[in-house]
Amino acid sequence: MIEIEGVSLSHRGTPILHEVSLALPKGELTALIGPNGAGKSSLLSVVARLQPLQSGSVAVDGLPVDRTPSRELARMLTIMRQDTGFAGRLTVRELVGFGRFPHSRGRLTDEDRERIDEALALFDLTALAGRDLGTLSGGQRQRAFVAMAFCQGTDYLLLDEPLNNLDMMYARQMMRLLRKVVDRRGRTVVIVLHDINYAAAYADRIVAMKDGRIVAHGPPNDVLTVGRLEQLYGYRMQVHRIDGRTMIRHHD
Amino acid sequence: MTILPAVSVRAAALGTVLFFAALCAASLSVGVSDLSTVDGTEALDTLLISRLPRTLAVILVGAGLAIAGLIMQTLARNRFVDPGIGGTEQSAAFGILLATLVWPAASILEKMVVATLTALAGTAAFLLLVRRLPPTQPYLMPLFGLIYGGVISAGVTFIAWQMDLLQYLDIWMNGDFSGVLRGRYELLWLAALLVALAWWFADALTIASLGKDASLGLGLDYERMVQAGLAAVALLSAMTVVVVGMIPFVGLIVPNLVSRLRGDNLRGSLPWVALGGAGLTLGCDVLGRLLRYPYEIPIGTILGTVGAALALWLLAERHERG
Amino acid sequence: MNAAERRVWFAAGLALLCAATFMTLGLRGNFAFVLELRAVKLLALVQVAVAVAVSTVLLQTVTGNRILTPSIMGLDALYLLGQTVMVFLLGGLGFASVDPRMKFLCALLAMVGVAAAVFLPILRRQVPLFRMLLTGALLGILFRSLTSLVGRLIDPNDFAVLQGSGYANFSAVRGDLLALGLVLTAAGAAVAWRLRHVLDVVALGPAAAIALGIDWRRTVTGILTLVVTLVAVSTALVGPVVFLGLLVVALAERMTGTQRHAVLLPASALIAVAVLVGGQTVLQHGFGGAGTLGVIVEFVGGTLFLFLLATERGR
Repeated sequence: MIEIEGVSLSHRGTPILHEVSLALPKGELTALIGPNGAGKSSLLSVVARLQPLQSGSVAVDGLPVDRTPSRELARMLTIMRQDTGFAGRLTVRELVGFGRFPHSRGRLTDEDRERIDEALALFDLTALAGRDLGTLSGGQRQRAFVAMAFCQGTDYLLLDEPLNNLDMMYARQMMRLLRKVVDRRGRTVVIVLHDINYAAAYADRIVAMKDGRIVAHGPPNDVLTVGRLEQLYGYRMQVHRIDGRTMIRHHD
Repeated sequence: MTILPAVSVRAAALGTVLFFAALCAASLSVGVSDLSTVDGTEALDTLLISRLPRTLAVILVGAGLAIAGLIMQTLARNRFVDPGIGGTEQSAAFGILLATLVWPAASILEKMVVATLTALAGTAAFLLLVRRLPPTQPYLMPLFGLIYGGVISAGVTFIAWQMDLLQYLDIWMNGDFSGVLRGRYELLWLAALLVALAWWFADALTIASLGKDASLGLGLDYERMVQAGLAAVALLSAMTVVVVGMIPFVGLIVPNLVSRLRGDNLRGSLPWVALGGAGLTLGCDVLGRLLRYPYEIPIGTILGTVGAALALWLLAERHERG
Repeated sequence: MNAAERRVWFAAGLALLCAATFMTLGLRGNFAFVLELRAVKLLALVQVAVAVAVSTVLLQTVTGNRILTPSIMGLDALYLLGQTVMVFLLGGLGFASVDPRMKFLCALLAMVGVAAAVFLPILRRQVPLFRMLLTGALLGILFRSLTSLVGRLIDPNDFAVLQGSGYANFSAVRGDLLALGLVLTAAGAAVAWRLRHVLDVVALGPAAAIALGIDWRRTVTGILTLVVTLVAVSTALVGPVVFLGLLVVALAERMTGTQRHAVLLPASALIAVAVLVGGQTVLQHGFGGAGTLGVIVEFVGGTLFLFLLATERGR
């Protein structure tokens, strides 16, 4: 369970999050949606201790993220972000292998190697394992970074826009994989999504944010209504139910 | 950039003029011999032979370098370059070294001609090289320029080392006005001429700062303008290095400060750039004479400190404002 | 043994060859005396090489770019400033008679303090690369000018003694700091080696490193302290070395084709030894004179830097 209590955040006097409180149960796939600048990524950063906590509290399985040793947290929770450092000269296998760092501090055991192979296979990267990251396409690199987060083996996976750069085939495959990770392995995934239809199709729970506040929170069918969506994005969309699923036509 | 309201601009302008006048008075009165204790003719001699020439030299050099910095920023379309950041002054020093080696009997004027030519070549090469840099990275150009100047310096030092000319090198590399006397600075009056010329062409310069396409659209011969600007920058830098040695940061700081007070229309702001350059240089020169009185600290050292601090402030401030 | 490791051994062979040549070439006269003299010099050169290479790798890793050296960020100037300010403050109290090792340690402490105050905020705020580089370069000029200013305040006439030429002089090393430098360099290199896996993770950038359980703030502070210490050693021994680190790390990366610190650290250090010792041998016995290696390295390294700047598309 991730418990967020009264978290506010500001950067150089500009408020980013206002008194956000939220509880995310274990074993679910939660999608964060909302317009640009809503504070979705910032909220993830605070939960993952990338941003220091300014006020309020965040606890993961009862452990406060600001006071728990970073190494201990790294075995419970991980985050994948867009801005990755300079990793041009790393192979895909080396990168995914970094996911084992919290466990073996860089000296890989046989178990680590098995986990790496598993992650590579799961994300369809086995054929690319020996390639340098710099030589990959954006989508391939994206999958490699998600595979690294998966390989870390944490109960909680926070993913900031993991569908960026992915074509439809890989975007669908990524979402199905994440679904599988939640259903079969009981992991918890929190994901920032821009395409609300992916959220509608794959998420157990949707958190809608705007201007640093949570506007709505609940199962997809409750959150994705015409009124809510207009409140969020500022224009009317058509919401259809097809075979019990929600589909949003958000373009003309 | 925000431009300050008219009242405070006028106040700042008046303040600058008064401060400048006070600096001139200070520069004329500060020195090893106390003018009030010696008799009339001797005091007058000191004033005419040493103090006045020195003050005039500082003013001419300061105004000239500030204008050279302004022109260079216009040509490079980057606010963070000047003749010291971009290899002009270092190239001029290379020219003087060359002249000293090949033609030891050269007069100061002849050395200046050679230095102007090398400064021209060095600056043109810099402007050609930085065209290849991505325009989205404004800080890349000054960085490139600093190291470019450093590489030229290393080359000059190596040659000077081989030829046993290191002690001369220090004279050209570190600006110092203490050697200025009547008869040894008059070359610098050229700077006054160039500043006047720059003001004459201020509108054309403003248009050139908008870039090649806009300039051509407004009927300005852009290439001609670039060549003339380059020549002015090279000449101003070369005469400075020949007569007093390298002086850092004036060309960077002053145009930036004036631009935030008076905006970027050069017809109105150019005289203030000249005055500001003269004021900053004069202030630092007087400071150098007072700090360790009766000894002198060269202006290159003072301006290196003051200028680097101001440049860091400009960099931080610019970022704060977005 | 994989290809990258083989190349590290190749670099080791090259470094060894340079050292052997340095010791034996043109040996004449009193063998024992000359050999001892050369051994001391060799030891100093190796120390400087290792300190420069390791500090550059560390700083590049922690800042996340490969076109940086500690000197571009003004760290060596900071050491000289510390020394000069101490002379200024304590000049009247017989500072000249104080043990040079004592002076070195005091300057080092001051330097760590100032570096932490000035550079940690820059590193924490994740300032974009070129702004960080320009800030560092301007800080370097500020520190150098301040050093020269304070120097002139101390002694307006005899300043040249303190100032030197502004380039490293590899033929006149400070003997009195050799032992202390050796301890610090060896300790620094050992710590860096122990941290090699952590450094691989740090190179992924703060977000990924924190997600992998690195205590970013503590790690960065520690690495910066290490960098400052190593820079102090090399600056105290020979003077400012700006581009050597850039040169050898770029060469090491080209040669081994990897950024793994287990390879990059030793490869850079060994190449640095080869460049310094080999270059000094050539200059002593060939053309150019012994004093000019520093200037040549700056010239070549600076040109390389310009090339890297022009090709780096500013991520």
